[in-house]
Amino acid sequence: MIILDNVHKAFGPNKILQGVNLTIPKGESMVIIGGSGTGKSVTLKSVLGLVTPDSGTISVDGINVLDADRDAFLARFGMLFQGAALFDSMPVWQNVAFRLLRGSLKRPRDEAREIAIEKLRRVGLKPHVADLYPAELSGGMQKRVGLARAIAADPEIIFFDEPTTGLDPIMSGVINDLIREIVVEMGATAMTITHDMTSVRAIADRVAMLHDGVIQWTGPVKEMETCGDPYVDQFIHGRAEGPIEAVR
Amino acid sequence: MIKFVASIGRTVLAILASVGRISTYVGQTLMHMVRGPFYVKEFLQALLSIGYYSLPVVGLTAFFTGGALALQIYSGGARFSAETVVPSIVAIGMLRELGPVLGGLMVAARVASSVAAEIGTMKVTEQIDALVTLSTHPMKYLTVPRVLAATLSVPILVGVGDVIGIMGGYVVGTTRLGFNPATYLHNTVEFLEFWDVASGLVKGAAFGFIVAVMGCYYGMNSGRGAQGVGQATKSAVVASSVMILAANYLLTEAFFSA
Repeated sequence: MIILDNVHKAFGPNKILQGVNLTIPKGESMVIIGGSGTGKSVTLKSVLGLVTPDSGTISVDGINVLDADRDAFLARFGMLFQGAALFDSMPVWQNVAFRLLRGSLKRPRDEAREIAIEKLRRVGLKPHVADLYPAELSGGMQKRVGLARAIAADPEIIFFDEPTTGLDPIMSGVINDLIREIVVEMGATAMTITHDMTSVRAIADRVAMLHDGVIQWTGPVKEMETCGDPYVDQFIHGRAEGPIEAVR
Repeated sequence: MIKFVASIGRTVLAILASVGRISTYVGQTLMHMVRGPFYVKEFLQALLSIGYYSLPVVGLTAFFTGGALALQIYSGGARFSAETVVPSIVAIGMLRELGPVLGGLMVAARVASSVAAEIGTMKVTEQIDALVTLSTHPMKYLTVPRVLAATLSVPILVGVGDVIGIMGGYVVGTTRLGFNPATYLHNTVEFLEFWDVASGLVKGAAFGFIVAVMGCYYGMNSGRGAQGVGQATKSAVVASSVMILAANYLLTEAFFSA
């Protein structure tokens, strides 16, 4: 279970998180929605320890993320980055098997390659892709490789940062379906940040709306449409009028 | 007037803050060098790209510098009827000063820029964050292999450059200035001392360290977008070049001031 308790974070005078409270039960898929610049990525990176909160606590299964042994802690996570963040100096299979080629999860090279090819197959990519370089792949294929890398070490918790940004609607649908299938199949806890409402409906068990540095509303995805929260209502229907100020 | 003084104060504070950040980064680099894990493959790749692939540019620079030095010393020495010192002065000049400094500057132009651009691009495309989430420390994986490779390979480059530079002087001396080849070589070796060679190699190691640390530091602290990476690349080259020249003075003081 991931618990964020009154988390604050500012960059200089810019207060990004102003008391975020959120609980993600084990095995649940939580999607955080909100406009650009509302602190969704900062929230996600705070859980991973990539950003240190100014105050408040974040715990995973009762252990404060700042007190945890970093290697053991991060070994429990997989993450799909917005731009896939593949290492362009190495072929696809080494990207996927990165964690299996070094550190505490190190396996023999042949075994790591086999696992990488299996994970690539799981995300719908053929084995020949394994020896290509990231620059030779389309945006959608890069996302799939990023997804394969995120699940390569069978993590307990998977984070998805804007998984469909920059993809066409059909490829977005494919990635959404893959994420849902994989999360259910692995029984993993998932945390996704997005402003793509199609993704939200496809991926989420629960939804949290982040605005002005706090969680404005959280609840099951099936209640999202009828929750009556003015922030959620404006956001999911894409209205210019409402409590969320639209910069023109 | 107050505005002018304030602007000087801000600049000084910014420089001091920068020195502090770089010193901290150097300290962290040294700390990670002695604590595992150590990435051998990345070290060997860095050795190849920093050391081996810099050889042509360092060699060409040294060759032409050695040749020009021979011409200058011959022309200057003629004023005192001291043309015969050309081989010795070319050798001492190349080994003590021009070999390490020009070699270091060429490596700074080639390596600091590429390292800063590569790591800066990795930062803006979230590859550095990805490394962290994959339980890999960016300092250990990116900085340590490059700094070690540069510190070990630049002295070798300087050594090779010294030999090529002396050969440049030899070619010009024997083909243009009428020196006897055997006499030229004899005079080159005759007056050399251990510290002429050793000081240049120590300088090479120091310059290699500076180049790699500056490239990594500015890459890791790159701003967003193409402009941020461009600025990081420029800063890495400028800072490493200035620091090489400053370190050269300090090392020369240390070796030869007595």
